Amino acid sequence: MSPFATLLLRDIKLAARSGGGAALALSFFALVATLVPLGVGPDLRLLARMAGGILWVAAVLAALLSLDRLFQGDFEDGSLDMIALSPLPLELTALAKIAAHWLSTGLPLTLLSPLLALLFNLAPPATLILFVSLLIGTPAVSAVGAIGASLTLSLKRGGLLLPLIILPLLSPVVIFGAGAVALSLDGLASVNALGLLAAFSFAALLLSPFAAAASVRLNLGS
Amino acid sequence: MQFLFRYANPHNFMRLSGVVLPFTAIGTLLCLGIGLYLGFSAPPDYQQGRTVLMMFIHVPAATTAMNVYGAIAVCSLLSLVWRHPLSDTAARAAAPLGALFTLLGLITGSLWGKPMWGTYWVWDARLTSFLLLLFIYLGYIALWNAIEDEVRAARAAAILALIGAVNIPIIYFSVEWWNTLHQGEGIVSGGTAPVFLKPLLLMMGGYFLLFLTLWMVRIRTAILERRARNLMQAGAR
Amino acid sequence: MISSLTAENLACARGDKRLFDGLNFRVMAGQALAVEGANGAGKTSLLRMIAGFLAPAAGRILVKAASNESDDAEERGKSIGWLGHQDGLKPQLSVREQFDFFANLYGRKADSAVLEQVGLARQADLPCRYLSAGQKRRLGLARLLASQRPLWLLDEPFAALDTSGQQLVGQLMARHCGAGGIIIAATHEPLGLGNESLKL
Repeated sequence: MSPFATLLLRDIKLAARSGGGAALALSFFALVATLVPLGVGPDLRLLARMAGGILWVAAVLAALLSLDRLFQGDFEDGSLDMIALSPLPLELTALAKIAAHWLSTGLPLTLLSPLLALLFNLAPPATLILFVSLLIGTPAVSAVGAIGASLTLSLKRGGLLLPLIILPLLSPVVIFGAGAVALSLDGLASVNALGLLAAFSFAALLLSPFAAAASVRLNLGS
Repeated sequence: MQFLFRYANPHNFMRLSGVVLPFTAIGTLLCLGIGLYLGFSAPPDYQQGRTVLMMFIHVPAATTAMNVYGAIAVCSLLSLVWRHPLSDTAARAAAPLGALFTLLGLITGSLWGKPMWGTYWVWDARLTSFLLLLFIYLGYIALWNAIEDEVRAARAAAILALIGAVNIPIIYFSVEWWNTLHQGEGIVSGGTAPVFLKPLLLMMGGYFLLFLTLWMVRIRTAILERRARNLMQAGAR
Repeated sequence: MISSLTAENLACARGDKRLFDGLNFRVMAGQALAVEGANGAGKTSLLRMIAGFLAPAAGRILVKAASNESDDAEERGKSIGWLGHQDGLKPQLSVREQFDFFANLYGRKADSAVLEQVGLARQADLPCRYLSAGQKRRLGLARLLASQRPLWLLDEPFAALDTSGQQLVGQLMARHCGAGGIIIAATHEPLGLGNESLKL
């Protein structure tokens, strides 16, 4: 097995064994989706109108929950030293961790989204767009999140700082993702919005391993 | 580059900024004073009436807020590539100023909007992206403060600043896109009449000089603080 | 294979403080170097500097392999086997999973004979959370062996080990040097390898 796959599989295994992995993020996602109707009332027309935005925001927040541990665990117990000395470049280490995070949170959240869309009475075509937009957009959440996680990896309370740092950077993801759903509700083509979302995701996946690796290097030298 | 580094040495910076500081301070007062006077004596706009005065305070604040981020990004690049400690100090010193100008832009923008829209806040593209810019500033400042080791904090903040610099244009674009999608209202900005242009330019210059002055003062304070700390540490031994 | 590691005029700064200055030493293949000194003298910092985590404030580290000599930290890192003072273990993984992970990460086949060699054959399927401090240390040694790297950097290799564990470390180090490897160890105790030592 290649070093990349080795690290990827270990991180997925660790996510699955500590705190139930995806279960925690999924419960949070579903819980936010339940609280919103309790807050704004059960008007299904209003809820259908809001579904895209609410589910996108909830998904981003749910994906954030486990992000602060992305590098922190390995930093605290010294594994990161040994990973840094392995044949795997730190950039690919970061990419493996981004992939593991997406597979254990972003993907399950995407798979659950049609069910929650049902609760919001979202029309089937719009639900499909929501699903596709989450599929395309959640990798960007993991990727941009990895930068934040690497910058805060030495902080005991990095979990509080992380959202402040990365949520503004993630606003385009929410805009394009929820925008695609809104366009579909208005009977317009969402292709452009999905294309912009895909471009953002692609750029984030391309650039963030370098930024995260630079910041991990900086933290190892201390 | 060599030229830049000669003055980027803390000692030389203290000397140079000590000479320049009074001039920028006086320049700030002159520009802002004359700009405000010309602004107030200009005739009311046929569309916006007296509220057009808000433009002289709002527009330069918004422009300066953006420019300050640019300054931070350049300092961060210098710090990461050439490892220059003064550029870290400069970046850190600029951040709260940038946040303040952003906040000023937001407040004046919403005050300007009140007579036009009837509410203090609308999700106008410019206001929304400035709100996001404010959060970016706050996150940057928080990261600086959270990491105790100064060298490490400086490099982490520099990485974040550059990520932000890449992302801010994308955020602006996405917010514009979002605004057309939801057909929001916007501040009407047609061509600026010449009577308004001169005070506006003066105010822009004044804001820029104000930032420059405060920035230099903050960098000087940071340098002096470090020197004082080193002296106290040496004394304690 | 590495033929020598040389430190030239090496200095280490932490913040405004200088930990050491003007450090010179050379370790040849088959030799060990014990780095001694009080707590906070910079033993761990020196190891981290050799590993390339920490940039020297002055001076350089040269590694001679075959005919070329290089001071590139990244390249040096690829020949380093690291045993830090942290165990690098996840409580949720079993000993075997942990061992296989590191062996594969280093591009090696996980050989369970190594676990036997360090005396962890019976614990192979035990989650790491149930290991004693000494057993965790033994797993660290297994990882070091599996990495098959010529340059060992060891931080307190005898710590937390009982007599038999310490003997094991001694044997492994002797064998590593015998095979032409290099060892640099931060330690309070003699390595017992007829080695040179460096006081910080």
